[in-house]
Amino acid sequence: MGEEESRGGRMSYTRRILNAFRFTCRSFPTNCRRFCTSQSVMASRHTHAKRIEGLDKNVWVAFTSLAADPSIVNLGQGFPDIPPPSYVKDALAKAASVDRMNQYTRGFGHPSLVKALSQVYGKVYSRQVDPLKEILVTVGGYGSLFSTIQGLVDEGDEVIIVEPFFDCYVPMVRMAGAKPVLIPLRPKPGKKTVSSADWYLDPDELSAKFSSKTKAIIINTPNNPIGKVFTRGELQMIADLCIKHDTLCFSDEVYEWLVYKGHQHVKIATLPGMWDRTITIGSAGKTFSVTGWKLGWSIGPEHLIKHLQTVMQNTLYTCPTPLQEAVAQGLLLNYKLMGQPDCYFSSLAEELEGKRDHLAAILQEAGMSPVVPEGGYFMLVDVTPLNQDLSHMGDDEAYDYKFVKWMIKEKKLAAIPVTAFVGEESKEQFEKYIRLCFIKEDSTLEAAGDILKNWRKV
Amino acid sequence: MGIIRILAPYLTLLRPNLVQNHQLIMARRLYASRTIGVDKNVWVEFTQLAADYKAVNLGQGFPDFSPPQFVQDAFCKAVSGGPQMHQYTRAFGHPRLVKSLAKFFSRVVGHEIDPFEDVLVTVGAYQALFCAFQALIDDGDEVIIVEPFFDCYQPMVLMAGGTAVYVPLRPKGGSSVLSSGDWVLSAEELTSKITPRTKAIIINTPNNPLGKVYKVEELQMIADLCIKHDLLCFSDEVYEWLTYDGAKHVKIASLPGMWERTITVGSAGKTFSATGWKVGWAISSGKLIKHMKIIHQNSVYHCATAAQEAVSHGFDREYELFGTPESYFQQLPAMLHQKRQKLASCLRSVGLQPVMPEGGYFMITDISSVNVDLNDESTKNESYDFRFVKWLIKEKGLATIPVSAFFSPEHSKEFDKYIRFCFVKEDSTLEAAEEILRKWSQKE
Repeated sequence: MGEEESRGGRMSYTRRILNAFRFTCRSFPTNCRRFCTSQSVMASRHTHAKRIEGLDKNVWVAFTSLAADPSIVNLGQGFPDIPPPSYVKDALAKAASVDRMNQYTRGFGHPSLVKALSQVYGKVYSRQVDPLKEILVTVGGYGSLFSTIQGLVDEGDEVIIVEPFFDCYVPMVRMAGAKPVLIPLRPKPGKKTVSSADWYLDPDELSAKFSSKTKAIIINTPNNPIGKVFTRGELQMIADLCIKHDTLCFSDEVYEWLVYKGHQHVKIATLPGMWDRTITIGSAGKTFSVTGWKLGWSIGPEHLIKHLQTVMQNTLYTCPTPLQEAVAQGLLLNYKLMGQPDCYFSSLAEELEGKRDHLAAILQEAGMSPVVPEGGYFMLVDVTPLNQDLSHMGDDEAYDYKFVKWMIKEKKLAAIPVTAFVGEESKEQFEKYIRLCFIKEDSTLEAAGDILKNWRKV
Repeated sequence: MGIIRILAPYLTLLRPNLVQNHQLIMARRLYASRTIGVDKNVWVEFTQLAADYKAVNLGQGFPDFSPPQFVQDAFCKAVSGGPQMHQYTRAFGHPRLVKSLAKFFSRVVGHEIDPFEDVLVTVGAYQALFCAFQALIDDGDEVIIVEPFFDCYQPMVLMAGGTAVYVPLRPKGGSSVLSSGDWVLSAEELTSKITPRTKAIIINTPNNPLGKVYKVEELQMIADLCIKHDLLCFSDEVYEWLTYDGAKHVKIASLPGMWERTITVGSAGKTFSATGWKVGWAISSGKLIKHMKIIHQNSVYHCATAAQEAVSHGFDREYELFGTPESYFQQLPAMLHQKRQKLASCLRSVGLQPVMPEGGYFMITDISSVNVDLNDESTKNESYDFRFVKWLIKEKGLATIPVSAFFSPEHSKEFDKYIRFCFVKEDSTLEAAEEILRKWSQKE
């Protein structure tokens, strides 16, 4: 990351020279033509804006195409290969058959959707959530993160990000001209990491990360990729620091419903003093297993949401109508079932718990060390016990990147390297872990199991 | 601005009654400075007003009829398709769609378009514009905006740290201005606005709100300047299929020397009368698209899969039927041509002077001959057309959009006697509008 920053510095120096060159050329066209080729003038003209410098790399772009071959068992990218509930698909087909539903709707969120969100979350938060002023519908949880960061983070601000982090947090913060300040979750001393609960945030270490420039902290609970579900106590510790240092909190809770037995999802916005300074992000894609619908939402106080709305109206203006209508129907249906076993919010978690345990067992049998997640649909696994020699792959990448690439090619099994989710300094701590996604058909998990059982066979 | 920021914490201490009744959140400013000055939005304001008064809505630009059956069927088919239709697709554009777009537009532009390098699918043309500005406009860059302009261009330039420089289309002097073709860009005026800091020019053809369809020689004039001064060109062509009276839509990217410096923006919403699907695209040289991809992958990343699948089928059908009477790209303008005539004669019959658009969805009308008492105190400080439009919504139940919303602050005063009508509406809607106008003119 430091490397990229210095590249950025060199780039702007070059640009300054080219700009000066260009100006002279304009003033003295005939002389300069001998000195500057049209190529260099054009090159300076077509340079990209500074804000994208160093942001071109992206783990998904790299690994999605590698894993796209249908012969590869794909436990990499986080999307279900199980079908979404039929009533959401039916709702979408129904919505698209209504003329008005194929045209623009309200920019900040389709009325029936924001009302449904207000009902569901009003119940969850135990407070009135104003559908028009305290909710913004966005293009996925991703779009909510973007609107939040663009709306509230300025050049020169610092934003604390807990590692491992969903990889877009860092480039989004940098694109806003702000500085990511990273703090890793650390394994509890002495303990072997067998559960996501074995990772914790050191309060003193976290406290030291706050400065007068800190604008916000981004947390993700349940966490991707570890699967940690932050406890009330841990969230209170973070909240205390937010209040003490008067910072905002961006809470990415897209996996909020996927919490397994013995654990409870706690919304940091419900802790005292936090509603007014927190944006909470949710996702229809993760809630209803329809990642390809790309709908999400930001919930928070009006004085924050209004700035996200400003970003929305200047970026894409409105989200697709029929999809929003269908999600509204899905939410209303499940709102009535909340607390009951056939509510999708709980039935999906139950289904996934079985898959979680199944995958963990498969991995253990194969001699690997899984980290059983408390929530979410990913599992980290320590590949150290496999002792895979990858020295033939060179030295320029972290071990997990090499391992995953090798595994895709040689074993036809795709995962995601965990160092994609951490900064430079934490790479060593995480480079023996890979991330597996288990929201997959049992047959997919079985196929993965077969590959792992036969690992030693060449 | 800096001084106010420093003083802000002290100001709030001095005036505790301004603190919200829950605890004071952040003595320093909450919002990012890029959101300053871009918070007002004409659509948010007028859409709400039209809804509040249940007005006959010829304001916001969307059809009140349905998309054609074949795309609706394609959408239904996608929805009931395999599980992958509901999960993430390729981030920069669903493979089937980028291939359809590349195939279709290669033939139109006369240039081989690479589906994976030269095309970016976005959430509506709106997001394509956003990616273009964010990827290519930097602090201090100047962007020339031809007026009247679709209102989002200006805040997008601002949010990218750029400076907007305006050049108006002006009605040709002398003859009465009856057609959008009578509004022209002065080459001298345009040249005079170019400085060493000019990075790009943005044009919209067919133009919203005027309906002007730039002729090839007009585009050539712009292209010559782009090449001479090495500018980028953002060409918003969302209404590309909607031209009337034989006017021909020309793609500036197809002119010599322009492919590598032009970003052409298109819209499935406008193409297939499905504005609510929010599928758009940018087509350009891979060298420019690659920068836009970075913005895209750090803002929304993916677009919805099923809608892209449906649009892809729409384009494949149109590729086969291109130029034939069954093509939707023939049928839609033919249908709208008739509605355009209908609205124009209705406006003339009540003494208004419409400017016949050569293309697009909209018609602007000169309202200077209308005598009304705009005595609404609440709109006292607004421009004439804003006041007129609000009065028309409240008093007559007819919604339109004030045209000065599409002009820069420096030129809006010259153009505050025009209002914009959208005619992409069912005949019943147009008839209801006609009824309102007729009753009104009869009273006078």
